[in-house]
Amino acid sequence: MIIKNKTIVADDWTVLRLQEQDTAESAIVAPGKVIVPLKVWQIQREMIQQRKDIGVWLASDERPEDLKDDVHKFAVIAVDFPKFSDGRGYSIAYNLRARLGYKGELRAIGDVLRDQLFYMQRVGFNAFAPRPDRKIEDAIKGLSDFSEVYQTSFDPGLPLFRCTQRKGNSTAGTFNE
Amino acid sequence: MYRYDEYDQQIVNERVKQYRDQVRRRLSGELTEEEFLPLRLQNGLYMQIHAYMLRIAVPYGLISSRQMRMFAHIARKYDRGYGHFTTRQNIQFNWLKLEDTPDILADLASVEMHAIQTSGNCVRNITSDEFAGVAQDEVVDPRPYAEILRQWSTFHPEFAYLPRKFKIAISGGKEDRAAIYAHDIGLAVTKNAQGEVGFRVLVGGGLGRTPIIGSEICEFVPWQHILTYVESILRVYNQYGRRDNKYKARIKILVKALGVDEFRRKVEADWADLKDGHGTLTSDEVNRVASFFVDPSYETLTDHDSKLNEFKADSRSFSNWLSCNVKPHRIPGYAIVVLSLKKPGEAPGDATAEQMEAVANLADRYSFGELRITHKQNLVLADVRQKDLIHLWQESTEHELTTPNIGMLTDIISCPGAEFCTLANARSIPLAKVISECFEDLDYQHDIGEITLNISGCVNACGQHHIGNIGITGVEKKDHDEWYQVSIGGAEGNDSSISKIIGPSFTFNQVPEVIERLIHVYLRERTETERFIDTVRRIGHAPFKEHVYATDFMAQEEKVADKHSVEPAQYEVPYYSPRF
Repeated sequence: MIIKNKTIVADDWTVLRLQEQDTAESAIVAPGKVIVPLKVWQIQREMIQQRKDIGVWLASDERPEDLKDDVHKFAVIAVDFPKFSDGRGYSIAYNLRARLGYKGELRAIGDVLRDQLFYMQRVGFNAFAPRPDRKIEDAIKGLSDFSEVYQTSFDPGLPLFRCTQRKGNSTAGTFNE
Repeated sequence: MYRYDEYDQQIVNERVKQYRDQVRRRLSGELTEEEFLPLRLQNGLYMQIHAYMLRIAVPYGLISSRQMRMFAHIARKYDRGYGHFTTRQNIQFNWLKLEDTPDILADLASVEMHAIQTSGNCVRNITSDEFAGVAQDEVVDPRPYAEILRQWSTFHPEFAYLPRKFKIAISGGKEDRAAIYAHDIGLAVTKNAQGEVGFRVLVGGGLGRTPIIGSEICEFVPWQHILTYVESILRVYNQYGRRDNKYKARIKILVKALGVDEFRRKVEADWADLKDGHGTLTSDEVNRVASFFVDPSYETLTDHDSKLNEFKADSRSFSNWLSCNVKPHRIPGYAIVVLSLKKPGEAPGDATAEQMEAVANLADRYSFGELRITHKQNLVLADVRQKDLIHLWQESTEHELTTPNIGMLTDIISCPGAEFCTLANARSIPLAKVISECFEDLDYQHDIGEITLNISGCVNACGQHHIGNIGITGVEKKDHDEWYQVSIGGAEGNDSSISKIIGPSFTFNQVPEVIERLIHVYLRERTETERFIDTVRRIGHAPFKEHVYATDFMAQEEKVADKHSVEPAQYEVPYYSPRF
């Protein structure tokens, strides 16, 4: 099960993680819906790019620009959080959405916990695979911790001060800069 | 000052609710301590040696009397009747229970306050000039921009898990009073030749293990673009800052490694498509926020008051206080008053609940109900009529807030040290107490004149020892005993510099004598107009070093076993520590 577009849904994608004995060349991409590591995509793309059921995932130290011309080829792109304290994935997501124009499913995988979900959805993630040792019904609550935000990110695309007329100090005269 | 609208209030209320649930999940075991740690830190909650410590944000050091009274309430109800004002213009309470903290945050929310991002690897509380809006040398009032940056950085979704903590300071005077050279980002709001407002942007300053003065990355960023420009700096740092080594994770290391030119190139490349985008500030928003910082209703007064002069002639204490703790104000007939939290023998920056209530009352009566907290751990009443100074002095003297030592030797900056902090190698506050008692004599202090003395219990430099004229650091040695390194030549402000160590370290009991010897060399060598720092810069370290180490110290040492009331190593506590 994963959280996708704010609901809990069944998931039939498999994430391929290289084992110690594997290399990007030797790794076998099984049939069916598979999310492969970026390196596997880069090396085996001739073999797998015709498949409709291929996704790709980025490690936190990999660059989204490496997918520059390819983002539209994927039904799903995932970003791995090796530890919840590693925040690079947030910038990767922002760049995939805002700079590379990726419109498909953007999934957070790895050390994904309830209290990160609110931030993750704002930088562009719309799918989350919470850590399996936690209840997904609890994790989904993290998406609605706040109902207002100040700054623009991928979502919303406007800062609060452009969204609404906020109140100034009514007792003050005109501010003289 | 800034007042919350319904959006600000809702965000803070929802934070309380979120945090309450996080604490519930921690207490029920649903969250491990490792998972709870970054969550509580982003709410300013540390686990110290004896208890939980909560650091509360005082945005850019500005606070109302009502908020100060809430601190008094928290001190009484949840703590041991006092609080500690910090070098980042915040307050921290040292003796809390985890299960009380959600209620404390709810109390704070009721007076438009919070503890959001006062710790953790995120953008911390924005600090600023304690004399903002009233300083005579002010070019542009930094407060509206500090508030705009506060809102922008609050819960920024992309920058909550940075490689390391991130501190922004902003100043708007000709003289920098916010230590902008010692911050991850230092902003000087200024005007260009056309009179347009913008920011000189410094990046990569910081203290800690690797003290570095910030480098200029842009000479002038027009005000409209400051949020997007800062965003690009943060994004470059978030992606490229080191995460493999905690001590090399600050932005200063990245800027050094890349070089400031390459760092700038990366920032400008990221900024290219943000510039003029939706994140660009509007004049409507700047005007809205600035409307909270318009002048209070000042009376038309003049600077000369005959009563004041008479009283000055009569009372030496008053006249000392006037020359030391009262600063010029840009409006005729008004003055800025610094209330000293550095009474000799007391912990620097500590205030009791009674003192908090007293200063709140003073603020209501004499300064439009507002106060400021300084990065030197004192309090400020920014808008006092000069004709009220005598009464104000009398009343605040009753609360031990008028020690005339602002900018003097006993105006010591000190971190909490080994009595509280799990990282410290040595005690800081007891040393500050002893030094302040040794140099209590006011005539002597005033003869020495302007000088700064900063104490950190370890190399992480929460006491900012690198930018003290005299800096003291607790160092780690194999014998696990308390040792202190002494350095001289540091300074903050426009002529910031990093101090240099004078030589081998000293015992606790030797340090006051070391200071005495340093002062002796200064008094011997100084020219008529020189401050301590000027003499150090002119004659160099050698004469100081020579005299300090020339003869044995008088200090007697106790048996090692009797020295420590606290032995940090024996406590199993997490890695994070106060103000770090």
